[in-house]
Amino acid sequence: MKKIRQGLARLLSGPHGMFWGSVLSVILTILTASAMLLIMGKNPLIAFNSFLQGCGFVPKAKYGGGGGMLGDFTHFLSYLTPMLLASLAFIAAFKAGLFNIGISGQMLLSGFLATVLVAYNKQLPSALSRPLVILVGIVAGGLLGALVGYLKYRFNIHEVVSTIMINYIISYLTGFFINNSYVDLMTRTSRPCPPGARLTLTKVVIGGVNCVIPMGLGIAALAVVLVWFLFSRTTFGFELRAVGENSHCARYFGVNVKRSVVAAMGISGMLAGLAGVTYYLGYTNTIIPKTLSAMGYDSISVALLGGASPLGAVLAAVIVSIFHQGSNYMSSTVGVSKEIASLITGILLLYASCVTYVRAICDRFLQRETHGDEAKKPEEVKAS
Amino acid sequence: MTKVFIDCLPFALPLLIMAVGAIYSEKSGVTNLAIEGFQGFGAFVGALVATLLAPAMGSGNQWLIYIAMLSAAIGGGLYACLHGLLCIRFRANQVISGVVINILSVALTSFLTSAVNTAIHGTSSNKLVLGISDRFNIPGLCNIPWIGGFFRNVYPFEIIILVLVVFLWYLMYKTSFGMRLRACGENPQALDAAGGNVERTRWIAVIISGALSGIGGMCFAYSLLANFSSGIYLGYGYLAIAAMIFGNWSIGRTALVCLVFGLAKSGGYQLCIAMKLPSIYSDLFLMLPYVLTLLLLVFFSRSNRPPRAAGEPWDKGKR
Repeated sequence: MKKIRQGLARLLSGPHGMFWGSVLSVILTILTASAMLLIMGKNPLIAFNSFLQGCGFVPKAKYGGGGGMLGDFTHFLSYLTPMLLASLAFIAAFKAGLFNIGISGQMLLSGFLATVLVAYNKQLPSALSRPLVILVGIVAGGLLGALVGYLKYRFNIHEVVSTIMINYIISYLTGFFINNSYVDLMTRTSRPCPPGARLTLTKVVIGGVNCVIPMGLGIAALAVVLVWFLFSRTTFGFELRAVGENSHCARYFGVNVKRSVVAAMGISGMLAGLAGVTYYLGYTNTIIPKTLSAMGYDSISVALLGGASPLGAVLAAVIVSIFHQGSNYMSSTVGVSKEIASLITGILLLYASCVTYVRAICDRFLQRETHGDEAKKPEEVKAS
Repeated sequence: MTKVFIDCLPFALPLLIMAVGAIYSEKSGVTNLAIEGFQGFGAFVGALVATLLAPAMGSGNQWLIYIAMLSAAIGGGLYACLHGLLCIRFRANQVISGVVINILSVALTSFLTSAVNTAIHGTSSNKLVLGISDRFNIPGLCNIPWIGGFFRNVYPFEIIILVLVVFLWYLMYKTSFGMRLRACGENPQALDAAGGNVERTRWIAVIISGALSGIGGMCFAYSLLANFSSGIYLGYGYLAIAAMIFGNWSIGRTALVCLVFGLAKSGGYQLCIAMKLPSIYSDLFLMLPYVLTLLLLVFFSRSNRPPRAAGEPWDKGKR
């Protein structure tokens, strides 16, 4: 027992401790969710298998016309793309010590502007409209993010409060415009974005299976590499991280803290904008008025679970996306409402936020063990 | 015009009680962005108790409202223990903890609501329907022109909140407990040296904050929605935090700010009706409190001084 405890503590406080901490959070979350499912009288094994089946990792028992495992998997990738970008957005701000919970709002604004300005414009050829959609998304999100950074350093407004206010303002404002001029009277959501401007190719048949091709996935992969490069290989990224660790210290060794705050929020906003266009003009293809996507909040879980590292975020995004994308199918096989996906993400977030504390405990535990041994030795000598 | 005053307090007072909760927590040195989650979870527990008791007591029974408020306070207080656990015991980043609590609250309550509805009614509705609260006029005062509106169509909870706020003001500024609580947020080391228990004071403050937010959430559930659903998460918890910031962490000033918010909201709504705009435009007016908050923050945030130790985990060995 003691050996296990020591081994676990070594693992958690070692160089890959963040990774093992996240693995532990996932295991604990699955155990908690299983316990909840058991209490409700459902079989957790079937439920978790259904989550995987819904995302195309495990074949389903039977498929409808044109459906297939590959189709489910590509749909999963189409959800993963904005999720990954949104969590990168959170990470970019978080590294600089900023807590961007306005990702949903930034996503909504950029998605809305790209839809209205570019996608509804019929004259544009699709070769031009797709890059424009991406550009509008980046610019709109980036400007909004930079505004939050400006409010933070110029007026000392905590970014959590300002982003929440901006979230609601954007939600009502875009909701008003959509209801007023862009609404589809059948679905009560915005008119669907025409296929020429959509960032996800639909109805692609591969081997007799209907698939979608999320073109944003390439952008997301590029963004992972860029964010990683920025924060671990450039002076600018180092300065941002220094501001995040200790802004007084950073100012002392000559970092322009104000500029860093605005820049970090700007970068975060740009990534959120990309997430917005790949979500609203790719995954959903429409905007529900006055509704902020839950993805902006789930991305926080992804980022914290991934230990705020871009590569960790990829793994974490896959896990969280499985729960969300697979929840529909799980709901149909097991009969548990699909809100459980958000709950599982919430529990995951709760455990992930405790990892730092658990690692600190493990450190202390190991220190006590080693120092304890050293302290004991002289006494033993005396006693003998 | 009187309508503006009638609708003002049912919005301003629940906001105030949540803001006072936030003040208690922050004055003790625990940054509290979790108000939104506390109020939602409190309202859920209150609504749950109300729906469970409604068949036994009769759904029109007004006592149900008081029981629901009490359970909301207990539920909010219990849920706040999670924030306390993360911030005080685990010394986690208090901002992260607050956001985690909020996200978890939204997920947990919407899941539990549909689970409870499936268990009780057999349909997976996402609402817990509440009864309608009585409203009454305060005799004499309600006939004053203009401001008489404040005393017309009063919800019983408004009186409860007023009494509570006066009591909480007394507790914070006139008792030795309040003195210790404030010391805890300014200089916990001094409090420790003087023989106080920093961790216990902070625990009490966070639980009070959760209980008060729970009451606030329950009031919103009764006055705005007449049910409990995820529509309760309108960001009013964050508005309360903003009110606390303009109020410079003082209960008196915060009360004034909440009154301004209330007037802005009801005034905007009445303006929309008076201008005979189609109902689509009401969205723009619903946006007003948030815009006002942001503007006020721009003007007032700089001069304000938060409690010195807020946001720092308590470290006994620190100088």
